[in-house]
Amino acid sequence: MNTPALKDWPLWEVFVRSKQGLEHKHCGSLHAADAAQALHMARDVYTRRQEGVSIWVVPSVAITASNPDDKGELFDPAADKIYRHPTFYEIPEEVGHM
Amino acid sequence: MYTQAMDIPDESGKKLAAVSNAPSDQEAAFEARIDADGRIEPQDWMPDAYRRTLVRQISQHAHSEIVGMLPEGNWISRAPSLKRKAILIAKVQDEGGHGLYLYSAAETLGTSREQMLEGLHSGKAKYSSIFNYPTLNWADVGVIGWLVDGAAIMNQVPLCRCSYGPYARAMVRVCKEESFHQRQGYEALLVMMKGTDEQRAMVQDAVNRYWWKCLAMFGPPDADSPHSAQGMRWGIKRISNDDLRQKFIDATVPQAKVLGVTLPDPELKWNEARGHYDYGQIDWAEFWNTVEGNGPCNKERLATRVKAHNDGQWVRDAAQAYARKQKERALKEAA
Repeated sequence: MNTPALKDWPLWEVFVRSKQGLEHKHCGSLHAADAAQALHMARDVYTRRQEGVSIWVVPSVAITASNPDDKGELFDPAADKIYRHPTFYEIPEEVGHM
Repeated sequence: MYTQAMDIPDESGKKLAAVSNAPSDQEAAFEARIDADGRIEPQDWMPDAYRRTLVRQISQHAHSEIVGMLPEGNWISRAPSLKRKAILIAKVQDEGGHGLYLYSAAETLGTSREQMLEGLHSGKAKYSSIFNYPTLNWADVGVIGWLVDGAAIMNQVPLCRCSYGPYARAMVRVCKEESFHQRQGYEALLVMMKGTDEQRAMVQDAVNRYWWKCLAMFGPPDADSPHSAQGMRWGIKRISNDDLRQKFIDATVPQAKVLGVTLPDPELKWNEARGHYDYGQIDWAEFWNTVEGNGPCNKERLATRVKAHNDGQWVRDAAQAYARKQKERALKEAA
């Protein structure tokens, strides 16, 4: 009854630039045989209402992600470095905006 | 378009490799995040039951979008004008897109597209029962937009706050598009109501046939809905079946008045004390009978879906052969 589906179509991550001047933003993923087809499909699946002016597709296997278990050691050290934020410094009122 | 999944058991999700016996501190971290109304992302640890529930719900939801293309697709070639035809094509294309967003979201949980399609095509997985009823005339297309998509929106808006990140993000996208679906349906009906007596009768007939089915879309009453409490606890489900149903009825009654149709429920009346409309008994036996595969169109819908998939096999094969050939050529040129 069933024929092989998308087993051999790799997964692609889709990034869309919503307008000139903004960054490409991840918007989802899809299966496609190759990059050109992934672009075509991304256009149909993710930009039916002028959501974008540019699309990137990246093979999902090419993405290296940080491990959630390492979240503590990766990101916590920044938590106590509040001097990296402008609000850490008190500037006299009369100086105005700085 | 719609999910009734929390309440409808099926096979999906059962075959996932169990990542069990996790240390309890992971479980505690998960529970704490849920309690703080935080979001769970694909790489995070999650209980097997949470994963299975989501796979079942998201895949059923995706299947509903895909099968949902069929009742309306029937009318594309018979739409009354070029304008209505263009609108209907856009709507049906959206439903296909919604299915794709949702399949992708489900895949982040470790299931595969193949497994999900196999579940749908073999009849093991469920999809929304509403699509197992026929679309007999053009007014049905309008009523599906107004009532079926209207019910779907009620269901889906709270899912934008679902605890599972990829599902919530897919739902934000779906909900944005769904609003067009409901409005186009309602407007198509308004046009028919300004037409002849026969056209008005067609609209009323379609409303009569679809009203109760739409109320059943929200799933069994809370008292008979064993999975609901757990789904609420996990932040997968945010509002109970009965509360969503009531919201839908309260929102729809005034719309029916403007349209000039009667909702086919003699017990439907405003209850001042409750601040809601009271309504009559839903035929749950009929609902379950359809869920179990004995509705008027279950067999036809599944057969059409399987045929479409199989007829598309050569396209998938050709795309793959082309991709392989291009890759080989590139390798040869590089050598």
